[in-house]
Amino acid sequence: MSAAGLALAACGVQGQKAAPPKADAVEDFWSKQTKHGKVVFANWPEYMPEDKGPLEKFKQDTGISYEYKEVIQENAEFFGKADPVLRAGQSLGYDIVVMTNGVQLQHMIDLGYIVPLDHSKLPNFQANAGQKYKERAYDPGNKYTVPYTSGVTGIAYNTNYVKEDITSIQSLFDPKYKGRVGMMADAQEIGNFGMFALGIDPEKSAEADWQKAGEKLKAQRDAGIVRKYYDQSYIDAVSKGDVWLCMAWSGDVFQRQLAGEPVKFVVPEEGGTIWTDNMLIPKGAANPVDALMLMDYLYQPTVAAELDEFIQYVTPIPAVQDLLREKAKTATGEKKKSLEEMVESPLMFPSEADYAKLRNYVKLTTQQEQVYNPIFQSITQA
Amino acid sequence: MRRLTPYLLALPSWMWLAIFLVVPMVAMASVSLQTGNAIDGFAMTFSFSNYGDALSRYSPQLLRSLLYGGLATVAMLIIGYPVAYWIAFRGGHRKSVYLFLLLLPFFVSFVLRTISWNFLLSDNGILFGTLKGWGLLPADFHVLATTFAVVGGLTYNFLPFMILPIYVALERVDPRVVEAAQDLYATRTAAFRRVVLPLSLPGVFAGVLMTFVPATADPINAQILGGTANTMIGNIIQTEYLTNLDYPTASALSFTLMAVLLVGIFIYARALGTENVLEAAAR
Repeated sequence: MSAAGLALAACGVQGQKAAPPKADAVEDFWSKQTKHGKVVFANWPEYMPEDKGPLEKFKQDTGISYEYKEVIQENAEFFGKADPVLRAGQSLGYDIVVMTNGVQLQHMIDLGYIVPLDHSKLPNFQANAGQKYKERAYDPGNKYTVPYTSGVTGIAYNTNYVKEDITSIQSLFDPKYKGRVGMMADAQEIGNFGMFALGIDPEKSAEADWQKAGEKLKAQRDAGIVRKYYDQSYIDAVSKGDVWLCMAWSGDVFQRQLAGEPVKFVVPEEGGTIWTDNMLIPKGAANPVDALMLMDYLYQPTVAAELDEFIQYVTPIPAVQDLLREKAKTATGEKKKSLEEMVESPLMFPSEADYAKLRNYVKLTTQQEQVYNPIFQSITQA
Repeated sequence: MRRLTPYLLALPSWMWLAIFLVVPMVAMASVSLQTGNAIDGFAMTFSFSNYGDALSRYSPQLLRSLLYGGLATVAMLIIGYPVAYWIAFRGGHRKSVYLFLLLLPFFVSFVLRTISWNFLLSDNGILFGTLKGWGLLPADFHVLATTFAVVGGLTYNFLPFMILPIYVALERVDPRVVEAAQDLYATRTAAFRRVVLPLSLPGVFAGVLMTFVPATADPINAQILGGTANTMIGNIIQTEYLTNLDYPTASALSFTLMAVLLVGIFIYARALGTENVLEAAAR
């Protein structure tokens, strides 16, 4: 028995909390790396034009071939799968990974899973990124990440079934839409919406607020208003009409609109969440130099404009707005109209006032997370 | 040397079991008794209360999984037995064609097949949308996000694992035994009940095992076809492991599920009389 006990005790899971790497170690690392002529990019669905235009251009200009994989559907799930691999010191097989600011990205930084960036190789980022995107609380000085794009969490609704203009978050709690409301399964996203509905600012929230939001969301579920708690698959459900209104990410909805589907997006008057998806190089990446080159390439305004015209999220490069405005002048018909709408859209190019209305995710410590997650998971996974 | 040969030949399979079954099980047992978090690490504290905590939080989902797994297994038996019977006794020389057709959809990945059902059963999709358009169904009729959808998905996804073992058992039944029963004045029903059915029991036994266990633990069908009250234990284990990085709770739940299934199988084997079943198979 004692032998068995010893054997059991021997297989603990090691903690990996890593001290931040020293600057000269980082320099030393980068000085040893060379260009390999290929790069593997792991990203979310609906985040690249179908013809992979920006990546094709990159290939022509630099001779670096690429593999593009849409393998990230949820931050938590992706991190959960990556963690044991990185913990064991193995490579994920990706050179660039895109993750949202939030608990999992914080874990990646804390655990030393990210290769610090060499900013001498990111001239386009320095020249073209908006000031806001160089001063992000979760990664000061862009030490580990550069933004891919930002977006807003709000409400999408299917105009075939919803005949009113949705303006308030209370519509998600309206018994009129019983069984036709979709909410997100992600604890941070759904928690935020519970708090917005109660007039609580998630950025400044504490445990008592989470409890209250939990009760509000539980009542919503128990009244049969919610049909399902979704991951990325929500967008199909709302555009097919399985749910009529649903928590949603801005750009997804605009892409569907462009494809002619009857969906609309709105930031509720009570508030919406702004988040940023960030490119990073995971530890053990085989082609870090090529990855850095691609990151920087995407910071050329013309490339960013092409990308943003398709994905329709908030670009970190302010110059894109003017480029699209220029393009709208020479375009004709439908194309001209949609470009003009993009340029004017506060959800693609938010003004300072627009930014002020949007809230960030609440920043959680590991201990807080162990309180926060169960509150909302007991609702989404009853 | 000659006496050692059988053991040496068995060695690779023992090694296989040791490396891929025993080692992970020991590791999982160990993790299930630890406390800590993923950032600072987990330490062994022999915290048996992990089991109690996990069960008190998630017993509804565990019971629901057993219920769904059981319902799906019964449905598969009701659907699968006649299919296996028909192929075995009426299939003629096209038996292998029928078996191939049965397996054909399963060349597509499990998740994709389930997503296809989601697409097909969509509230206003090609099936229900059309029926609603003809006024044959009320406008708010839906199948997705219901218990029926989840159990139906489980039934569909594991059906071949029920049919194939029963087919194999029935295929081995000598038609002359049935003729003999009829010569001895057994009615067709009696011949089936007293001769064919007992001979096919080993197949039923294997079929039930091969479907009930994976169906109970499956997270995919609940995730893709279910609604707000269809979460199964597999989904919980997945969330605890991947989202919360709470490896001890995930391990404790996995072990509990395994224990419950093992006890269930043991009782089932006793009730059905495995020895009789195996004897019948040996003849």
